[in-house]
Amino acid sequence: MSDQPNDLPYTPTEMMTVTASRALTDADICFVGIGAPSAACNLARYTHAPKITLIYESGTIDTKPEVLPLSIGDGELCDTALTTVSVPEMFRYWLQGERISVGFLGGAQIDRFANLNTTVIGDYGKPSVRLPGAGGAPEIATASGQIFIIMALGKRSFVEKLEFVTTLGHGSGGTSRRDFGVTSKGPTKIFTDLCLMEPDPETKELTVTSLYPGATRETIQAKCGWPLKFAALLREELPPSAAELAALREMHARTARAHGDAA
Amino acid sequence: MANFLSLSAAIEDNVRDGDSVALEGFTHLIPFAAGHELIRQRRRDLHLIRMTPDLIYDQMIGMGLAARMTFSWGGNPGVGSLHRFRDAVENDWPGPLALTEHSHSAMAHAYDAGAANIPFAVFRGYRGVDLDKHNGAVKTIRCPFTGEELAAVPALRPDVAIIHALRADRQGNVLIEGIVGVQKQAVLAAKRSIVTVEEIVEELNPPSPNSVVLPSWTVGAIAHVPGGAYPSYAHGYYPRDNGAYKAWDAIARDRDSFLAWMKDHVLAKSPEDFARHQRKAA
Repeated sequence: MSDQPNDLPYTPTEMMTVTASRALTDADICFVGIGAPSAACNLARYTHAPKITLIYESGTIDTKPEVLPLSIGDGELCDTALTTVSVPEMFRYWLQGERISVGFLGGAQIDRFANLNTTVIGDYGKPSVRLPGAGGAPEIATASGQIFIIMALGKRSFVEKLEFVTTLGHGSGGTSRRDFGVTSKGPTKIFTDLCLMEPDPETKELTVTSLYPGATRETIQAKCGWPLKFAALLREELPPSAAELAALREMHARTARAHGDAA
Repeated sequence: MANFLSLSAAIEDNVRDGDSVALEGFTHLIPFAAGHELIRQRRRDLHLIRMTPDLIYDQMIGMGLAARMTFSWGGNPGVGSLHRFRDAVENDWPGPLALTEHSHSAMAHAYDAGAANIPFAVFRGYRGVDLDKHNGAVKTIRCPFTGEELAAVPALRPDVAIIHALRADRQGNVLIEGIVGVQKQAVLAAKRSIVTVEEIVEELNPPSPNSVVLPSWTVGAIAHVPGGAYPSYAHGYYPRDNGAYKAWDAIARDRDSFLAWMKDHVLAKSPEDFARHQRKAA
């Protein structure tokens, strides 16, 4: 298989996962969220970053799952881990101990400063939609060296104002994060299904810095709930290589077989 | 010393209406059989405590056992919502459910403090977020040595902890392996405890001197319930039934289909019915 760009058809979700995987390296100690983050992290491990250390909050350290876990604590994660520690130890020694270089999160809603809501839509006491809640995210977002976020664009998920801040991104921008006593970098890359966003170095407002092939300013803005800023010099991401696509699809096919889904 | 009891007797003796009850197991070893027995015995006004409520608390909430829930992530992992939990919070069905909501880090630290017999846990957390505004139990405390502001939460001290473990020996010593979660902390933090086990063996023979073992004198009641963690899993015995977790979404979405499922699969069943899930023993 070649690592060169190709003309194979691929989906926006595949492009999102592939682009996210490319940001990870062999040197990363990555705290992995379930779902899209887990797919990107394991794709990196199967392609260019075979030595990446993946950690899941269930306590599994340096795990090498053959199939993507459905839950954060599937047996596969423990069976293929270097070691498995208790959940209190995971959050105390490993996360709070600042041994994580990248925390990789998803979310239900995000705002222009990359704060996340996974708690409620509407009033907390009487929500119109009750979401799952915080899980590990609030402390992952402050204790990890930096944060990557992976979320498909949409007006209901990229919103002007969050009704609840579950997880701190860059707060109200500028020095807001540091003012909360947080010294880690916070969200540095937001991988969507059409583009990559990065915070402005000064204001911390999310800025589109790189487009995926075929994406335009208009198609991106149409799926975002606030007026987006675009970098003066926009990069373009390479489409998935044949090797990346094959590794991603094989991983999903193995996963579907293991979870008993129809092929 | 641990008492060997049937599961129904263990629940009967240890769990009262109004108790705070922690059924723990982080994805692995979730005590489903014990939760179903609580449903059959129709306990009421419970304060349910659990980091990840999972399907078992969705079922207990939908059947009206819970007045309050302390938790940190209430979803169906990798699938979506817990619909009975949502219906309780959004529509008060089958009754209102008060929430004490935390992050995972806060709950893990709070169990640890409970096991360590100190009144609160201290950690670096809840910075720049809204959750502490809705949970009056989250406070800040200044480090007396460095001056750093840290988060503090009260220790978790449940009336009853209920866990599922791999094995117990005849003396009542209990072995947990694999993803060990917060079960050891929950049992040591609780006033009373019930442990269901896959197997009872003559000699525990822990695989390593560092295996997680709860000595007999730290455990209240032990009930032999093979398959008792299904559809979660028991390391070395049977895998997680991810298909059952996916199927739960459609069952729980609708009140009537939920109640019909509970009638057939819980109310009309007994702990022995879990044994068929142990079929894939390693």
